[in-house]
Amino acid sequence: MSAATEIKTLIIDGKDVSARPEQTVLEVARENGIEIPTLCHLDGLTDVGACRLCLIEIKGQTKLQPACVTRVEEGMEVQSDSERLRKHRRTIIELLFAERNHICSVCVANGNCELQSLSQELGVTHVRLPYRNPELTVDASHERFTCDHNRCILCTRCVRVCAEIEGAHVWDVMGRGAGCRVITDLAQPWGESSCTRCGKCVQVCPTGALYEKGKVGIERPKHPEFLPYLNLMREAQ
Amino acid sequence: MSKLKVATVWLDGCSGCHMSFLDLDERLLELAEKIEIVYSPLVDRKDYPDEVDLALVEGAVASVDDEAKIRKIRAHTKFLIAMGDCAVTGNVPSMRNPIGPEAILDRAYKENATAQQQIPTLVVPRLLRTVRPIHEHVKVDLHLPGCPPSADTFYAVLSALLAGETPDVSALTRFGA
Repeated sequence: MSAATEIKTLIIDGKDVSARPEQTVLEVARENGIEIPTLCHLDGLTDVGACRLCLIEIKGQTKLQPACVTRVEEGMEVQSDSERLRKHRRTIIELLFAERNHICSVCVANGNCELQSLSQELGVTHVRLPYRNPELTVDASHERFTCDHNRCILCTRCVRVCAEIEGAHVWDVMGRGAGCRVITDLAQPWGESSCTRCGKCVQVCPTGALYEKGKVGIERPKHPEFLPYLNLMREAQ
Repeated sequence: MSKLKVATVWLDGCSGCHMSFLDLDERLLELAEKIEIVYSPLVDRKDYPDEVDLALVEGAVASVDDEAKIRKIRAHTKFLIAMGDCAVTGNVPSMRNPIGPEAILDRAYKENATAQQQIPTLVVPRLLRTVRPIHEHVKVDLHLPGCPPSADTFYAVLSALLAGETPDVSALTRFGA
């Protein structure tokens, strides 16, 4: 790190904070104990701003910005929590529940699901939108893992961890809008794909979409926290 | 002071919410001093009363019968609580929605039946195309997710309501709890 590292100063929720120029608002907020809810973000992966839960208000701008892909700027004034933001965040959670078949009570991730715990934190007690109930498949062709599209929220953590960390890029996304889904290789069954069987995608999946066969819920909490350590060790080499 | 008139209703659910309600155990005696159960699968009353102060409704709306019941309940109830995940989200009963009722009836009454393979049409109510949470049919005053909501959740919610307060549901329970 150069001696003359530029430091930016900004205000988040009325608190004066300082940051390095390459940092995002989300990073700086969390460094300063300000919690902004996220689903697609994961420490150790590139941010894509897919879930929009981390939307923030920036003074002087009418548009809301996702904190995970917004770089800090000198003199920026950020609001990370307001009735308007809470309303949007609750609606996003409800849209995710309405879009596919999330049946928490019988889900392998019940009790270990980021969508489920966020709904509770944000005070979502019911979904005001009509459920779409799409007919979706479950891919159990892999000898160790299962992919249940009913529970997928298209956060693309699996796609990013496979490409960026494992370097295999087996996972990708196909289709648009309601027809969008994650695929292995060119939409081949997972068990017949070029999967390296490392299991990183399973560990980073925030819901019950990707899971290890024979291990459910409380028995097998996921451990996405390995990522920052892995990156740190690689940088040290 | 007159007691609060309470109804509990069982639509398309497994009765687990009612079992959990009964898990209040000795606290039921304390509640019984303040509430009167005027209609419930637990008491012998056939028709829904004209005036109910508070109704706890378990289960989703899955048949024409459920649909008629929930409308009647809403019309005669001051404060309606969707009790448990089936009432709140559709939950397990709604798992048939992507494939439709015909496939489910075929599986139950034809494929898996060893004798008299036929889909019943008399006495049993016709199934709706999709199983829906209660609030997609009528206005709900409080949603109580959980599969089932715990006895402690019931106690906290009923105590708060009896004291004229609004319970903080998310502090007590969640989907799938």
